[in-house]
Amino acid sequence: MTKNEPEAIVGGKITNLSLRRWLHSLPGVDKVGLESRAAGLGTRSIKTTSKTWALDAAIKMMDLTTLEGMDTPERVRSLCLKALTPDPTDPDCPRPAAICVYGDMVSVAKQILGKSGIYVAAVATAFPSGRASVAVKLQDTKDAVKAGADEIDMVIDRGAFLSGNYLEVYKQIQAVKNACTRADGSKAHLKVILETGELQTYDNIRRASYLAMLAGGDFIKTSTGKVTVNATIPINLLMLQAVRDWYDQTGVLIGVKPAGGIRTAKDAIKYLVVVKEVAGERWLSPDLFRFGASSLLNDVLMQRQKLKTGNYSGPDYVTVD
Amino acid sequence: MFEYAPAPESRALVTFQSSYGHFIGGKFTKPSNTYQTISPSTEQVLAEISTASAKDVDLAVKAARSAYEKVWSKLSGAERGKYLYRIARIIQERARELAIAETINNGKPIKETRDADIPLVAAWFFYYAGWADKLDYAGFGVNPKAHGVAAQVIPWNFPLMMLAWKIAPALAAGNTVVLKPAETTPLTALLFAEICQQAGLPDGVVNIITGFGQTGADLIAHKDVNKVAFTGSTGVGRLIAKQIAGTNKKVTLELGGKAANIVFDDAPLDQAVEGIINGIFFNQGHVCCAGSRLLVQESIQDELLKKLKRRMETLKLGDPLDKNTDIGAINSKAQLDKITKMVKIGVKEGGEAWAPNCEIPSKGFWYAPTVITGVAATNTVAREEIFGPVLSVLTFRTPAEAVAKANNTPFGLSAGIWSEKGSRILKVADQLNAGVIWANTFNQFDPASPFGGFKESGYGREGGRHGLLAYLKGDN
Repeated sequence: MTKNEPEAIVGGKITNLSLRRWLHSLPGVDKVGLESRAAGLGTRSIKTTSKTWALDAAIKMMDLTTLEGMDTPERVRSLCLKALTPDPTDPDCPRPAAICVYGDMVSVAKQILGKSGIYVAAVATAFPSGRASVAVKLQDTKDAVKAGADEIDMVIDRGAFLSGNYLEVYKQIQAVKNACTRADGSKAHLKVILETGELQTYDNIRRASYLAMLAGGDFIKTSTGKVTVNATIPINLLMLQAVRDWYDQTGVLIGVKPAGGIRTAKDAIKYLVVVKEVAGERWLSPDLFRFGASSLLNDVLMQRQKLKTGNYSGPDYVTVD
Repeated sequence: MFEYAPAPESRALVTFQSSYGHFIGGKFTKPSNTYQTISPSTEQVLAEISTASAKDVDLAVKAARSAYEKVWSKLSGAERGKYLYRIARIIQERARELAIAETINNGKPIKETRDADIPLVAAWFFYYAGWADKLDYAGFGVNPKAHGVAAQVIPWNFPLMMLAWKIAPALAAGNTVVLKPAETTPLTALLFAEICQQAGLPDGVVNIITGFGQTGADLIAHKDVNKVAFTGSTGVGRLIAKQIAGTNKKVTLELGGKAANIVFDDAPLDQAVEGIINGIFFNQGHVCCAGSRLLVQESIQDELLKKLKRRMETLKLGDPLDKNTDIGAINSKAQLDKITKMVKIGVKEGGEAWAPNCEIPSKGFWYAPTVITGVAATNTVAREEIFGPVLSVLTFRTPAEAVAKANNTPFGLSAGIWSEKGSRILKVADQLNAGVIWANTFNQFDPASPFGGFKESGYGREGGRHGLLAYLKGDN
């Protein structure tokens, strides 16, 4: 048994009891302290060269997202083209890391993005509620992988988590991870959505983060974007602490993806400040940090144009997606 | 990669005069017997400051006495309150200017003067303005009387905030004041004198004289002073207590500290790290209630120190006017020398000093945030106040040992407790001998909350209803 096997980390056979003991032995989170630290980082002043860097980085770390019931192939196609050429006036404008769509749209997206280097991520496992049988969730995942998804964004079973059935949550993540295996044996990248807005407490969010990392998630992601409270800076900070401490303990690098509610370049820069100061510069990479966002890209593009030309351009000068 | 570009606050908002006299009877005197005040971050000379002689002190006390007898004592509380509200509003209006001025003259980061010092200064005046017409309900009987003339001597670590802590309750209670700021940080007090003029405060109600220790001693010794308030070192506090013994002067002293910040093994660790950082590196550790002794439960020492050191690596030391600066300049060469000497002693006595790699500017007075581990209760750095960005780390095994070690100091100003267990916090807090105890936080100040110490940390309380007591008769 190597030190990174779940049994070694938890300190015994994986049972609901051992998971409970392990998760509940993590240090508590003081709400006031966490939020005041997050607010403190929010006052960092980012301008000139650091702002230029941050805006480009925000685009490179973006999962450009459309997750609507009204999504159509044309809509997805349009979004993919936007990802390929975010700013037609500036050939140097970087591209987003990925496009994030529902599973049935993967083949449409894949057709356009092909080998462009922009990944296709699919939400799966009965997104957003996750309220379906395990068999359905796994099939959902397999379908997306088979259609060519590079990344899978799964949701955890919040009901199981809140009722204390950590083992069920753990097993489902492991099963989805297995379902990410392609015919050639390689694996789609797995992001585990905790839906922090439903877990409610910071202690729960820390525990769910650890549970997802233990079960083999490559990324931990805050939200589906479909509930009242989505990503916040304190939650982002807390999850970055979790991946940092996890790396210290295991040597395994896990990514973080805040999603939902990040709409402005200013917000995105605040998130990047937290990444830099809490997890460290190593995490300032699309491999380890992503934004899940739909309207953020255009605001970042407008800010980029402002930095280049000195003038605010306005929404008429960025393309609708 | 993601390096923050410099984001300095503009100095253009602040204009210092080339020289300042004293502010006596509502007017500035002609500058005399001057010395230079500098910016500790650049060593640049900012202005010439006058040194008050015994004669100047006498003039200031006379002006305060006259204002007390003729004007201030005759005003109703509501009228006094109006002036205090007016001062509070002007402070808010000029907040940015005051923050920059404080940062330039003191060396502390603009982030702190902007977000902590100046907002608290305004809050203090607003709070005590509200008390001015409600003294009957402060619990000291009907129509409590002011002492008369208050002599106030304040330190350099929070120049304008200490001024507010002294002047706001004194005026609300109906006293007039003569205040002496520290010799290294007189400029915001002199800007405050301008604010008194701007507010139309009657002449002589607030007088500000500048100078060194001798000026302070002359002021406190003046026979027409009724009340003495001092914040500063325990050594000077002792001299003051001796000096006024056998007189009718009332006194409050807010002196040094060597606070224990106690971290139990069930603490919220990441937040405790923030609290430790805030406790000792806020204002370069120039804080009398700084959490300068970290008492950490032995079982989590390694984990906590690892997190603490990593966090310290992210602290930015440098230009205090830069909005991204966390650690500013040490206020004076003398203080820098003292800190340097204390750390040397700490290492010589067996402690291990560690500081993150941070570039020290070539000009000015700087000291990198430092943690000394392996400190024993017998070591100098565990017993004496360093008054700098230096944390001494001690360990404990049981709650009883934590309490014993925390209380094992001649000081008793503040303490911190970190634990997720509420019952433990209450029990330990009950046993700690300190005037202020923070639980799962540190260095929180509010005008409604009394502040002050036990033992060699002084006596009397500032802030809250208790803070009025020091400025009203019938108290002690």
